[in-house]
Order: sequence, then structure tokens, then C-alpha cells
Amino acid sequence: MKRVSAWITYLQVAPLALIFLLFLVVPIATIVVVSFFDYDTTRIIPAFLLQNYEELLLSPVTWRTYLQTIEFAAITWCLTLGIGFVVAYFLAFHVRSATWQTVLFLVCTIPFWTSNVIRMISWIPFLGRHGLANTTLIKLGLIKEPLEFLLFSDFAVVLAYVHLYTLFMVVPIFNSMMRIDRSLLEAARDAGASGWQTLWNVVVPLCKPGIAIGSIFVVTIVMGDFVTVRLMSGGQSASVGLMMMNAMSLLQYPAAAANAVILLLLVLFTVAAMMRLVDIRKEL
Amino acid sequence: MPSFHKKKENDMARKMKSGIGRRGLLKGAAGVAGAVVGSGAVTGFPVIWAQNNKNIVLRQFGTGVSNINEIAEKCKADLGITLQMTALDSDAVVQRAVTQPNSYDVADIEYWMCKKVFPANTLQAMDVKKIKYFDKIVPIFTSGKLKPDSVVAQGTAPNTVSFVEGPGSTKFTKGQTGWFTMIPTIYNADTLGIRPDLVGRKIESWKDILDPKFKGKTSILNIPSIGIMDAAMIAESAGIIKYGDKGNMTRAEIDKTIDFLIKTKKDGQFRAFWKTFDESVNLMASGEVVIQSMWSPAVTAVRSKGIACTYQPLKEGYRAWGGGLALAKHLSGAQLDAAYDYINWYLSGWVGAFLNRQGYYSAVLETAKANMTEDEWGYWMEGKPAKGDIKNPQGVVMEKAGAVRDGGSFYDRMGAVACWNAVMDEDRYMVQKWNQFIAA
Repeated sequence: MKRVSAWITYLQVAPLALIFLLFLVVPIATIVVVSFFDYDTTRIIPAFLLQNYEELLLSPVTWRTYLQTIEFAAITWCLTLGIGFVVAYFLAFHVRSATWQTVLFLVCTIPFWTSNVIRMISWIPFLGRHGLANTTLIKLGLIKEPLEFLLFSDFAVVLAYVHLYTLFMVVPIFNSMMRIDRSLLEAARDAGASGWQTLWNVVVPLCKPGIAIGSIFVVTIVMGDFVTVRLMSGGQSASVGLMMMNAMSLLQYPAAAANAVILLLLVLFTVAAMMRLVDIRKEL
Repeated sequence: MPSFHKKKENDMARKMKSGIGRRGLLKGAAGVAGAVVGSGAVTGFPVIWAQNNKNIVLRQFGTGVSNINEIAEKCKADLGITLQMTALDSDAVVQRAVTQPNSYDVADIEYWMCKKVFPANTLQAMDVKKIKYFDKIVPIFTSGKLKPDSVVAQGTAPNTVSFVEGPGSTKFTKGQTGWFTMIPTIYNADTLGIRPDLVGRKIESWKDILDPKFKGKTSILNIPSIGIMDAAMIAESAGIIKYGDKGNMTRAEIDKTIDFLIKTKKDGQFRAFWKTFDESVNLMASGEVVIQSMWSPAVTAVRSKGIACTYQPLKEGYRAWGGGLALAKHLSGAQLDAAYDYINWYLSGWVGAFLNRQGYYSAVLETAKANMTEDEWGYWMEGKPAKGDIKNPQGVVMEKAGAVRDGGSFYDRMGAVACWNAVMDEDRYMVQKWNQFIAA
């Protein structure tokens, strides 16, 4: 009897396990294998070489690019967290009616009805040398010369990231906040806590799972991105994803695969560290 | 402007090294599906069709510039041969040419690719005796000299990879033999594009892009293999580096070039680096840059928005590129005969005129001329002012009466080629260094 039920469990798990095996484990294993291959201009040659990793890890460019990518991720994380938390707090605690909460929440998602490439590209005419932002500032007499740093710069990259990914913070944090028992807030006030104390000692700790989930979204997306960096920096900045693109466009798949493996390890460590800080499962 | 978009897409497909993955994949898949059907049909009854092209199918794949539907339709009408065309980006083309030799009959590849692909022994050389217009092919592709006194340019000059020792050989020869590797399809000379209304000075040299006046208003392309050549033209013109062969740099030359680029970048000379056709058009049209690397259809695109843009001839000369048709090794019998018929038809004028009207150049001038009006020939090939409106093959007006082609006549432009697109022996090293430049 016990045996049969075990089989049934395995059967129930099988579909998902198969899907993971086929679409997650096999591709990643392939990437790892290819990362040790040799290559020339037109071919990928099966081999077991460490050269791809040597060339990657011994190059100062790699380190600089990784640092740059981490910097983008860190700045974006701070900004999206700040903005995301405020927006979620407003929605959860200041908007009283459930209908309005839903309506405003949907308003937040409206930009997501268009492709994120379009949302990103639409910044270009806005921020350009003769764009809306510069024209307006000049007409108002606030500046004389157009501000060049607005477009094709790290500023533009971070701006696009924040614009694109803040919602990924808002949603899980809002979700966490809605689960907070309102009587806890009343209790805090009754016990004499100030508004800030309540926020810091009650709301923030209870939002940790939401913050962690949002952070994982934002950090992993930014670390793997290449389109935003390329378009918004006008090709002036590098990112790890862009490095891989360059290698792939010259059929240097093994080099790109080695880079992908390193990036994967880095992101896994980052996520693992976050999970250490917050036990997401417990809080869900 | 459907016609323009088509041209634009063609060009993008040819030059873009990235970014069209999905589209490329779809087309590739369609091509493979077509190929299966096609080859099945032909191997079934080869004898019956030996004297008749009507049921012959030729599977052609390439970079898209010369994969033009109108040509396939006209070919079907004139010869009865069905051309199945597949467009891929250039990296995929190289890979397929080498690794899937039975998936195509005709390879439409560029000359720099030929240098890598032909030695892989998946293509066969053509017997020049069977090429009707062989003697009339522009000599760039045969002797290498456009005019008897011309000097062969650096890089992968077409004539260096145009002949092999004999049938079945994969060894390129210096001089001409009776065995030709590729029939040239289209070629052109690239240079810098400028906004004449915004530069405010005369532009006559590649080094003018370094003028401090244009600080933060210049761009070069971020496709390593082509970008490095434009950079080399600039560095050499500024007297910073003297190259042995810009198309095949030594490690030391690559180092120096990249150092030069990094310094220029840090000085803030560049506004952006573009990777796709559209980006180059937008940078120029919006006034973000006033001088940059460009491809000729992009210049046309900027102009079509009513914005002045010149494809500026420069005194050091042009960076040229060219493509051609090569025959797959496995072709034989009726299919091989049909392929020769196709090639001879290709050179017989209609196609040449079609390509010339797109602003590219074709292989046999004499036959193309016979298929163009005097005014068209004068504008596109002789650098004369247009007498009437100049239309592209789809009938859209490209230039109004009185316009003169930038750079002038065919001989002025193709006679001033400094360097051909090439692939370097130190390719791998170059890409690493290029990444360093972008990351700097």
C-alpha cells in the first residue's frame, strides 16, 4: 500500500520534473559542456579546454565589465526598492477603498501592455540633444546648452531600468503589505510607537519576503540584460550580456558559454545570499 | 514606402551581426523545409529534366542583399528555374555554407566569407568557358585592377579569392585560371555620412571625424569586423598608425588601434556606437551625430525624411564590400547545367540594371547598361546630374532631377577603394580587444 502511494507521488511529480529536465537542466548542461569546447572562425570543436575560462577570467575587461554590471544592478536595486516601497505603501495603507486599490494597481500595470523595448526606445527622442526634455529646459531658460548626459550615458541606462522594473518591486511588496494584520499597526500605536517606529519595526520586517522576491526579480533581470545597456548607452557602456552577444555574433559560442556559466554562478550566489537573509518560503 | 523597407531589410540582413535572431531562425526554418521538398523532387527524376529547366529547383541562401524576390520571379519567367531563397545574417551564412553543404545549391556569400568558406571544400569552382559574359565581368573580380594602372586594395580583395588551381581544387591562385570561385552579384564602396547643414566645414578626410569641433557628435559602428576597419581608416589618416594590411592586422596593430579608439572615446569624441541600420539613421536624422560611419541605403533613408545627408567621398578612399554566387559541391548533371544557365542569365543585364537602380553595382556593366535608360545610367554610373526623377526598381522616386550621386561615377568610387571587408587571422584576439574598447 505504501509502495503504491509512493509511485503515485512520483507520477504526480513527473510532468513538472520532465519539463524542468528538458527545458532547464539539459540547456544549462549543454552550455556548461560547450564552455569547454574549442572554436575557430566557422566551427565549434568538441574538446576539453580551460582556455575560454582563462581568457575570460584573466582579462581586466571581464572584471571591469562585471563591476559595471554589478554597479548597474546595485543602483537600480536601490532606486526600484525605494520607489517600489513608497508606491506599495501608498496603495496598501493610504488608499482605503478596495476598489480604488485595484484600480490604482491596474494603472501601475498599464505601461506593461506595451513591449518593454518600445517603452525603452520612447526615451530616446525624449532625452536626445534636441529632445523634449532639453527643448523644454532651454525654453524655460533654465539651461543654455542642451544637457548631453541625458542620453547615451549611464544615467540613461539606469533611468530605463528603473522605469522598466519598478513594478517588479511594487507587486510583491504590495502583496506582503496587504497580508499585514492591521491590528498589529493599531497595537503598535497603542503601545506608543511613532509613525516611523511602526514603519521600521512592524511594516518593514513583515514586508521582507516581498522585498526579497522583488529584489531577486530586479537583480537577475538587470544582471542578464543587454538590450537596455546597448540602446540607452548608445553602445558606450558594456554589460556582461553584451559581451556574450559580441562573442556570439562572431560564432564564438564557447567563449560566450563560459561567460554565461560565470554569470550564472554569480547570480546564483546573489540569490542564495538573499535567501539566507529572508526565508521566503516560511513567509509565504 | 514598401520598396524602401525591402531594401533596408536586405541591407540589414546583410550587415547585421545580431539582433535578428528570431527572424533569421524563422526564415532558416522555412528554407530548410523548402529545401527538403526541393531536393526530393529533383533527385527523383533527373533524366527527364535534363534538357529542360522547367522543373529545376535551385536552393539559394545568402545575406539577403541580393536575395530579392523580383529576381526569383523574373528567373522563373525567363528560365523556368524555381529559386528558393533564404536570407540569413552573415554569421549564420558562413556557418551554414561550411557545416550544411547539402542544404543549398547556390551560396550567395561575400568575398571575405569566401576566403574562409571555399577552403572547407563544400563549394565547386566554375568553368569560365561556360560563363558567357566572363570576359565582360568588371576586372576588379578577375585581374583585380579596375583600370590597367589601378593598385589592388588591402583586405580581402575579390581577385585574391576568385580563382583556384583547377576543378575540385580549394587552393586560391594569385593569377587568373580557368576556374572561377564566385560570380560577383553586388558590390559597393562605403564611406562616412555627414550632415552638410550641421558640420559647418569641408569634410575631405577620414580623420575629420576627430575634429574637436565634433566632440560628442560622431559615431562609428559597433560591429567589430567592420568597425575596426573604419577605425583603421581614421587612425591611418590621422597619421597615428601605418598598417601593413588593414584587412589583416597584426596583434601589435590591433593593440594600437584599440588604444587609439579608447583614448578617443575617453575624450568624449563619440556620441554613440550603432549596431543596426535603424540606429544609424536615427542618430543622423535626430542630429545626435553629424558625422559617422554609414551604409549607402541609410543615407538614402535620412534623405527621404527631407534631411540633408551626404555620403561623403574622402581622399583616402573607400572601404568596399562585395558578394557573389558560388555553386555547391554536390551540384551535377541537369542541376549544374541549370545553375550555369542561371548564372549566365544573372549576368545578362536585367538583374544588373535592377541592382544598379538600388544604388549598388553589378558585375557586367555592358549588359546592365542596355537595360537602363540613358538618364538612369548617367545618374547611377557616370556621376551625371539626373535629367528627370530617378526611381528605384519599385518605382519610388529616389532623387529629383538635377541630383548628382555622392562620390560621382562608378570609376571615381570603385577606383578609390582603399580596403575591402576582410576577416583577419587574429579575429579572436581582435574581438577580445574590441570588447575592451566598448567596456572602457
